[in-house]
Amino acid sequence: MKILNYLKRYSLLIVILIVFTVGQVAATLALPDYTARIINDGIIGNDQNVIVSNGVLMLVVAFAGGICTVIAGYLAARIGTGFSRDLREGLFTKVESFSLAELNSFSTSSLITRSTNDIQQVQMVIVMIMRMVLSAPITAVWAVYKAYSVAPDMSWLMALAVGVLLTIFVVVFSFALPKFKLVQELTDKLNRVARENLTGIRVIRAFNKQLHEAKRLNVVNLDLTRTNLFIARIVALMQPVMFLILNMLSVGVIWVGVHLISDYTLGIGEMLAFMQYAIQVVIAFLLISIVFIMVPRAWVSIRRITEVLSLDALITNPNKPVKPEEKSGTVEFKDVTFGYNNADTPVLENISFTAKSGQTTAFIGSTGSGKSTLINLVPRFYDTLFGEVLIDGVNIREMELHDLRARIGYIPQKAVLFSGTIMSNIAYGTDDASQEQIEKAAEIAQAANFINSFPEKYETQVSQSGTNLSGGQKQRLSIARAIVKDPEILIFDDTFSALDFKTESKLRHALTEITKDKTVLVVAQRVNTILHADQIIVLNQGRIVGIGTHQELMKVCEVYREIARSQLSEEELKKYNGEEEDGRQEG
Amino acid sequence: MDDKKDEKPLEMRRHGPRGGFMGMVGDGQKAADFKGSMTKLLRYIGRFKRSIVVVIFFAVLSTSFSIVSPKILGNVTNQIVDDFIKIVVYDKVTSGLPSGTTLPEGTKGSDILANTDSAIVDKIPADQLETIKSMDFSTRPTIDFDKIGQILLFLVGLYLLSVAFNYTQSWIMTKIAQEVSYKLREEVLQKINKLPLKYFDSHAIGDVLSRITNDIDTIGQTLNQSLTQVVTSIITIIGILIMMLTISWQLTIIAVLVLPVSFGIIGFIVKSSQRLFKQQADDLGEINGHIEEIYGAHNIVSAYNGEAAAINEFNRINANLYDSGWRSQFFSGLMMPIMNIINNIGYVLVATVGGWLAFQGRIGIGDIQAFIQYLQQFSQPVMQAANTTNVLQSTAAAAERVFEFLEEPDEVAEATAPKVIEAAKGHVELDHVVFGYDEDKVVIKDVSVEVQPGQKVAIVGPTGSGKTTIVNLLMRFYDVDSGTIRIDGVDVREMTRANLRSQFGMVLQDTWLFNGTIRDNVAYSKEGATEDEIVNASRLAQVDHFVHSLPNGYDMELNESSDNVSQGEKQLLTIARAMLADAPILILDEATSSVDTRTEVLIQAAMNKLMEGRTSFIIAHRLSTIKNADLILVIRDGNIIEQGTHEELLSQNGFYAELYNSQFAE
Repeated sequence: MKILNYLKRYSLLIVILIVFTVGQVAATLALPDYTARIINDGIIGNDQNVIVSNGVLMLVVAFAGGICTVIAGYLAARIGTGFSRDLREGLFTKVESFSLAELNSFSTSSLITRSTNDIQQVQMVIVMIMRMVLSAPITAVWAVYKAYSVAPDMSWLMALAVGVLLTIFVVVFSFALPKFKLVQELTDKLNRVARENLTGIRVIRAFNKQLHEAKRLNVVNLDLTRTNLFIARIVALMQPVMFLILNMLSVGVIWVGVHLISDYTLGIGEMLAFMQYAIQVVIAFLLISIVFIMVPRAWVSIRRITEVLSLDALITNPNKPVKPEEKSGTVEFKDVTFGYNNADTPVLENISFTAKSGQTTAFIGSTGSGKSTLINLVPRFYDTLFGEVLIDGVNIREMELHDLRARIGYIPQKAVLFSGTIMSNIAYGTDDASQEQIEKAAEIAQAANFINSFPEKYETQVSQSGTNLSGGQKQRLSIARAIVKDPEILIFDDTFSALDFKTESKLRHALTEITKDKTVLVVAQRVNTILHADQIIVLNQGRIVGIGTHQELMKVCEVYREIARSQLSEEELKKYNGEEEDGRQEG
Repeated sequence: MDDKKDEKPLEMRRHGPRGGFMGMVGDGQKAADFKGSMTKLLRYIGRFKRSIVVVIFFAVLSTSFSIVSPKILGNVTNQIVDDFIKIVVYDKVTSGLPSGTTLPEGTKGSDILANTDSAIVDKIPADQLETIKSMDFSTRPTIDFDKIGQILLFLVGLYLLSVAFNYTQSWIMTKIAQEVSYKLREEVLQKINKLPLKYFDSHAIGDVLSRITNDIDTIGQTLNQSLTQVVTSIITIIGILIMMLTISWQLTIIAVLVLPVSFGIIGFIVKSSQRLFKQQADDLGEINGHIEEIYGAHNIVSAYNGEAAAINEFNRINANLYDSGWRSQFFSGLMMPIMNIINNIGYVLVATVGGWLAFQGRIGIGDIQAFIQYLQQFSQPVMQAANTTNVLQSTAAAAERVFEFLEEPDEVAEATAPKVIEAAKGHVELDHVVFGYDEDKVVIKDVSVEVQPGQKVAIVGPTGSGKTTIVNLLMRFYDVDSGTIRIDGVDVREMTRANLRSQFGMVLQDTWLFNGTIRDNVAYSKEGATEDEIVNASRLAQVDHFVHSLPNGYDMELNESSDNVSQGEKQLLTIARAMLADAPILILDEATSSVDTRTEVLIQAAMNKLMEGRTSFIIAHRLSTIKNADLILVIRDGNIIEQGTHEELLSQNGFYAELYNSQFAE
C-alpha cells in the first residue's frame, strides 16, 4: 500500500501520540475511582480528610489528563495535516510527471477531484481516527477490565447494553447507507438537470419548453425530498436511542447493584463508579462503530489516490541525453506509427516526412484523421509506437525533455491562460523576457492593439482560465507566448480557428518575418489558412494521402480536392489557382 | 456574447467541510444583511407556524423529562444510602451484643444507647446518633426494594416518554425542513424560467447551481437540527439551573461561578479558530485553484517546461495550508480538553463541598450524584449555543443568496391582450431599433432592416462582434430599448413570447442536447410528435442514416456530456429538431470548423433543405452562404453597420469589402 509509506515518516510521532492517548484514557478512567473513595470512605465513612485529599488528587489527575489530551490533539493535528500535505505534494508531483497519455487515462477533472476532495476526505478521517477513535479501543478494554474487577456480577449488563447498541446501529445503518448513496445520486441528477436547464436556456425558450422542463425538475426535486426525509428521520432516531440505552443501563446497574449492596458484595461508591465505566464502554463502542462507517468511505478515496500514485510516467528523461549539434529545428518523422493505449487500431500509421527549417508545413484532414495527434508527438506529449521522430537528426527520445521542449513553441487549439497578468502570461516559459521582447511578440501576435486598449495594458489581471478575455484575445496571447520564447520550432494546433479572417491574415503576414529560420507546423481546418504553405500534408484515417503544395494537391489528391471544394467556391478556387499561374508566368 | 463564461469543472465548495471539525466552527461565510435574510427565512417558515408550535411543545416536554430524571435517580441513591446506613448501623450495634441475643419488638435505638457506655456514645457523630435513636432494632433492616423498584419503573417510564416526545418532535421537524427545502428549490428552479436571459448572460452557471444545491441544503440542515437545538439548549440551561437550586444553593453558586470561565474560554476558542478556519478555507481554495489551473493546462505546462515552477508554487501554498490546517485543527480541538478540565474542577469542588454538606447531613449522597450529573450536562447546551451562532451566520448567508435570486425581477410581463399569429408568412422588419446590453452602452444604434418572406439573410462580422445580438432580439430573449421589431406587421411585444418563438426554428452552434434518447431529443421541438414525423425529420436532416449505425438506433441514450455522438452528429440532431418544429422562420448558426469534411457536406445539405421556402437568418462563416444571401447584415461591435447584397456591399468599399478582401490578402 503506497499510501502507508507516507505515514511511515510519522511513526515516531504516532508512538508518542499513542503514549499520550493512553495517559488521557488512564486519567479519564481514574476519576470514578476517586469519586468512589470520596463517597465510600469520605461521606459514608464520615472522614473529611479523605474527601479533601482525594479531591486534590482528582484535580491533579484531571489536569494531567487534560494536558495529555492537549498534547495528543497537537500531535494528531500535526500528523494528520502533515500526512495530507505530503500526500497532496506526492500526488501533484506525480501528475506533473505524467504525459498526456497518463493524464487522459484519468481525465483532468477526475485528477482534480483526487488531488482535492479525496485528499481532504482522507485527512478528515485520519484526524478523526487519531483524535477520537484511537482512544476508543483503549478505553473499551481498560474500562471493561475495571468494571469487571469492581463488580464482576454486573458485567452482563454492560455486555447487554453494548449488544443492543451494536444491533440497533447495524440495523439502522443497513437501512440508511444505501439511501445515503441514493441521495448523492439524486443530488447529482438535480445538478445535472438544472445545469441542462441553464446551458440550454435559449433552446428551451425557443421551443417553448419551459413547462416541460419545470415538470422534469419537479420530479427530481420530489425524489430528492422524499429520500432526504427518510434519511433525516433515521438519523434523528440515533441520538435519543443512544441516550435511552445509556439511561436504561444506569437503571439496570442500580437495580442489580442494590441487591449486591444489601449483602455487602458491593459498595455504593463502587456501584456509581461501575456506572461510569459502563457508560465509557458503551460510548467507546459507539465510536468504534463510527469508524466502520467512516473508513469504507475514506477507502474509496484512498484507492483513487493510490491509483494515481502507482501509475508510473511513461515518458521520462533518457539515461544519456544527446544534444543536437545543429539548432535549425528540422523535424523528421521516420515511419511513425502511433496508437492510444486502449485503442485497437492505430491513430497514425507509417508517417514519414521532413519539415524543414524556414518552411511552413501544414496538416489538413477531417476530424479523427490524426493531425493533432501527429503534432503532439513532436514535444513528446506522447511517444510513438514504432518509428522515430528526429529533431536536427537526433531522436527526440534521446534528448532531455527540458531541452526538447525549450526548442518548441506550442500553441494549442484551445488557448490556455494562467491567472496573473497579461505580461506574466506572455512571459510564461520565458522568465527572462524583456518588456521590449514581450511587446514585440504581442505586436506580431496581433494582440498589442487590444492590450493597449486596457487601462492597465500589460499589467491587466487575467482571471483563472482567462474568463475576462474573448476567445480570440486569449488565442492571440497564447500565440505571443510562443513567439516570445523564440524557439526553433513553432507548432500551431488549429490555432487560427478562433480568429476571424482578417486578424488571421494579418497575423500570418507578421509571422513570416520571424519564421524565416524556424520550422513551422500548422494544423488547420480551413483551407485558406494553408493555401500558401510550403508543404501541405493531407491525412486521412491516420495515413498520409498527399504531400505537396496547394496546386499540386489540387491536381493529384482526391481527399484534398474534396476538402477544398467543400470550403471554397469554384470562383475562389479559380482565383487562387489563377494567381499562382500568373505568378509562374512572371517567374 | 460569443464567448461563454468558462465553468469550473467542479463546484469546489460543495464538499467543503460544513462547520469545521465536529461541526464546531462555521466556514466564515457571512450574510451582508443578517437580520433581513433571517426575517425573510422566518417569514418563509411562517406557514408552518402550527407545526412549529407543536414541535416546541414536544421539545419542551422531552427536555423537561430528561432534566428531571437525574434528580429522581439521585433520590433512588439517597434511599439506598439511607437504607444501607441503617443496615451498617444495625450490624455494628448488634455485633457488640452477645450472639443469639434477640431484642424484643419495639426496641428503639434510644433504648440501646441508654444502656451503652457513654464513652462510646460520645464518639458517634451527631447525625448518626439521631438515626440510631429512631431505628427499630428488633429486626435487621433491609433495603426497601419495593420502593426503589417503583421509582426505577417510574424513571424508565419517564425515559421512554422523553424519547417518544423527542422523536415525535424530530419527525415533525424533519418534515418541515424537507418541505421548506423542497419549496425553496421549486421556487428557484421555476425562477430559472422566469428570469430574463440577461441574468444568465451575466452570471456563471456554477453560481446559480450552488444556490439550488449548497445553499438550500444549508438551510435545510439548519432547520433540521439547529432550530430545535436552540429551543432545547435554552430549556436545558434554565431547567438545570432550577434543578440545581432545588438540591443546594451553595453548590449552585459554585457551578454558576464556573460558568463565566467556560463561556470566556469557549468564546475565545471559537473566535480564534474561526479566524484560523477562514485562513484554512482560503488556503484550500487557493491550492484547489492552483491544481485546477495547472492540471487543466497540462499540455502548456509541459510544452513550456513549467513543471518545476508549478511544483514550487504548489509547495508554497501547500506549506501555508499545512500551517493553517494544523493550527485550526489543534485550536478547535482545545475546546474539549479545556472544557473537561473545567468540568473536572467543578466536579471536584462539588464533590468536596457536597461531601462536607452531606457530612453535616444537609444533603444526601444521591443529591451530590444528581448535582454532578447536572454539572456535566450543563456544558453541552452552552457549547451548542456558542456553535449555533455560527450556524445561523452561514444559514443567513445561504438564505440571502437564495432570496436574492428569487427576488430578481422577472421578464417583462406578456401583453395583456396579445395578438396571435398562426403561421407567419415570414415578413420581418426592424424599425429604428436601438438596443444595448447595458443601459449606458448602446450597441445597436437606430437600425432599420426589412426582410421579405422567403429571403435568406446572412449575418457576418468578425469574432466577438455580437452577431448573436440579432438572434437575441428576434427571439425576444432581450427586448429592444426603442424602435420596433415586427413579424408580418405585428410588433413582437404585442405577441406572447410562446407564440412568437413558435414562429422560429433555431439551430445554434452550441448544440444543446439533453441526457435522453435520440428520439426524445429530436422530438423535443414538437409536443406529441408521431414516430413518422420524427423519422421523416431525421431523414431530411441526414440523421436517419447515422442513427442506424448507432447501438439501439433512435433509442440510444445520449450521455451526460452527450459526447457519445460526434460534434457533427450533434449538429445534425439539432437540425432535425428544427426540421420537426417546421417553423416559418429560421435562425441558423453555421458551424465554423469543428466537424470533418464529409459531415460538413451533410450538414450543408441538411441546412439547405431546412431553409427551403423559409425566411432564414444565418450567422454565416462560409463565403458561399454569404454570397448567395438575399441580404447581408454586417455586424461590428454589436451594431449593424452595413446591409445589402454581396455586390452592393463590395461596391460600397466599406468594412465588408475590407473583411472580404482580407481573406485573400497576401
